[in-house]
Amino acid sequence: MLPELGHFALILALLLAGVQAFFGLAAPALHRDRWLAAVVPATAGHAVMVATAFGCLVASFVRFDFSVAYVAQNSNSALPLVYRIAAVWGAHEGSLLLWIVLLACWTVAAAFGVARLPPRFAARVLGVLGLVSFGFLLFTLATSNPFLRLVPAAPDGRDLNPLLQDPGLAMHPPLLYAGYVGFAVAFAFAVAAMLEGRLDQAWARWTRPWTLAAWAFLSLGIALGSWWAYYELGWGGYWFWDPVENASFMPWLVGTALIHSLSVTDKRGLFKSWTLLLAIIAFSLSLLGTFLVRSGVLVSVHSFAADPARGIFILAFLVIMIGGALTLYAWRAPLLRSDAGFEFASRESFLLFNNILLVIAAATVFGGTMAPLISDSLGLGTLSVGPQYFNPTFLLPMLPLIALAAIGMHANWKRGRLPQRKRPLIVTGLVALAVSAALVFGYYAGRPGLALMSLALGIWLVLSSLIDPVDRLRRGLTLPRAIVGMTLAHVALGVFVIAVTAVETYTTERDVALARGEVAHVGGYDFRFDGVDAIEGPNYDGVHGIVQVTREGQAVVTLHPEKRRYLVQQSVMTEAAIASQAGRDLFVALGEDLGAGRWSLRIQIRPLINYVWLAAALMALGGLVAASDRRYRSARAPAAEAVGPGQGSPA
Amino acid sequence: MTRYLLPLAAFALLAIVLGVGIKQSKTKGVVVSPLIGREAPDFTLPDLLAPPKKFDSRSMAGRWYALNVWGTWCVECRAEHEVLVAARQAARLPIIGLNWKDDEAEARSWLAQLGNPYEAVPIDAEGRVAIDYGVYGAPETFLIDPRGVIVHKQIGPLTPEIWERDFVRRATSPTGEGS
Repeated sequence: MLPELGHFALILALLLAGVQAFFGLAAPALHRDRWLAAVVPATAGHAVMVATAFGCLVASFVRFDFSVAYVAQNSNSALPLVYRIAAVWGAHEGSLLLWIVLLACWTVAAAFGVARLPPRFAARVLGVLGLVSFGFLLFTLATSNPFLRLVPAAPDGRDLNPLLQDPGLAMHPPLLYAGYVGFAVAFAFAVAAMLEGRLDQAWARWTRPWTLAAWAFLSLGIALGSWWAYYELGWGGYWFWDPVENASFMPWLVGTALIHSLSVTDKRGLFKSWTLLLAIIAFSLSLLGTFLVRSGVLVSVHSFAADPARGIFILAFLVIMIGGALTLYAWRAPLLRSDAGFEFASRESFLLFNNILLVIAAATVFGGTMAPLISDSLGLGTLSVGPQYFNPTFLLPMLPLIALAAIGMHANWKRGRLPQRKRPLIVTGLVALAVSAALVFGYYAGRPGLALMSLALGIWLVLSSLIDPVDRLRRGLTLPRAIVGMTLAHVALGVFVIAVTAVETYTTERDVALARGEVAHVGGYDFRFDGVDAIEGPNYDGVHGIVQVTREGQAVVTLHPEKRRYLVQQSVMTEAAIASQAGRDLFVALGEDLGAGRWSLRIQIRPLINYVWLAAALMALGGLVAASDRRYRSARAPAAEAVGPGQGSPA
Repeated sequence: MTRYLLPLAAFALLAIVLGVGIKQSKTKGVVVSPLIGREAPDFTLPDLLAPPKKFDSRSMAGRWYALNVWGTWCVECRAEHEVLVAARQAARLPIIGLNWKDDEAEARSWLAQLGNPYEAVPIDAEGRVAIDYGVYGAPETFLIDPRGVIVHKQIGPLTPEIWERDFVRRATSPTGEGS
């Protein structure tokens, strides 16, 4: 009964999303102000129905309803409760529903947020969001219904993909999608503003907190995915330039550019058409990411449920949404004029370069991701693009970006005299150079050059970001949240650069074969292999190795790298054992049983790798703190536009 | 003004590339199995039913047969097993049961308890043959013609209807060579 109820709720949600889209867009266009009243109730109903459908699917999983095909394929009677819930988004149909649920959450939040804005503008925002949701609901119902019954019911389920049975991964899709979907709000604001034909600074002000929040979630989602790859996949790395990773990284890069260009549009009324375009592109890349993952067009370790019929549907949806928005852009953008100017070394210039570099970086990732597909389409044969392409081409725009960030945040708006606080900038720069030189030549020894440069840049960025807040605090001023958030994010970026440099340059890795009692010496640590023990989990069995780690005779830690065999799907998973020690990770993964008690082991010592994710989390925190700045919440701040009668803005 | 049309033009180009990409992924065959229409991979494995003899897939040449991939750890295989036993009694198509990544003793007791529908049970302990056949998960069943070509693949448990429609009818149709 529950699945049918969920199915029915999904159909109602589709209809209500249609109503929301129709009245939201038609009422302002046809000047029917009385229709505006229908938008918010439709939005509320749409959200309630989506929540009902999602609740029904969750309940089907929790109650082991193996008569539902999707549940039977992704759950099992031995699966623990947490993973039965996470299994809801363990495959295509459910993750699509999760997309829709999160879109509904953002839509409800946006409905509260726009309540104080001019009613026509608010209706248009909700109308666009309704249209997006309508498309996804139609897609779900037409090609990917999670509520289909299985006749006869399966006696037991095929179990959740063991890769996904990990706390990190259980949370990875919701956060990632929250970011993806969040850009829909910025997109809706941009489209609403273009439809309105009045793109003043107020639009940028309204969009900023939404973009920051979406960006923060996306950062967290990506970081969690990367952490999972390191910890669960046992590959020993944190980023693989896999098409699906890239699909989430491109909107992040463009979203970062958007955050910065929005600040220029908000503060100075410049870059208006550029900002609009970025808002459209950020969401387009989110949709494109969904397309690439779902359609099976690109082959990736991540892609599941590839199906060309779904691809065609998403492509049609992309053409309507993005094509429509870009047509609107081509029509409206020429009307935008910025009369304000700015000089060469002003903050505007720095932010312009920031945008250019970020877009270039996004373009290189885009090129590398799409190249295999394009080469295939043109019949040029199969092409594989890997880190050999991505690492250098991505680094090229990134290093200058860090330097520009360190200087640019001290530049003045509009005026072109070189940054105020020239002295602290030079001092911090020299300190950064000295510290990194000492580290590179003294502590770590060897491999200077690139490492020296990027370490110095990272340290400089951290120090430079702190100049302004420290100065303000010293003068007894309070720090607005926007400044706190910005500082956090920039410091985090600096930490990130330092950590990545350390990991990339100074990781020690050894693959060894050890018999019981044998010792491997890696990077100043002794790893003694004490054989393996059998282990048994709720839905897996396997072995774990016992590895005693000592340093100069002192016991450090005992590591238990696991090899699990999941019983239902018969797949073997590696659980690497990782211990964080004095700023570095000791990583041991259990390889193959070589017979006679010998096992192959992969041992790595990675300095600062934890800081890669810590930095990403800090960046996200910065985004959230900045989004909560009261500037964005005050009802009177933006100059309200003149709108028709019936305007009631709750102060 | 044309520069504001550039994003739209770029997107149109991208949409065409994606469209072509989809079309090709279709012709590339996201079908049930890329092996359909190809020769079934040959293998020789120990036979659970007649140790120490080995089962050679080439010994089936000249006959239609079904290759069923199963394991005692596979829950859905238990439901399917009845269908197979009934099919064996009807004796219209020989069934070879590829025992996939299983425990031999458990497999023997399973057949002793539930009945044996198989003509031979090659033991694929390490799953190498299953990989050759592109098996995702048990149960899966392949229909192989007298020339050794894979004609059909069933993913998931067989039902009497599926068995009759997709396997027996194909194997005994006048266009086929029948056994």
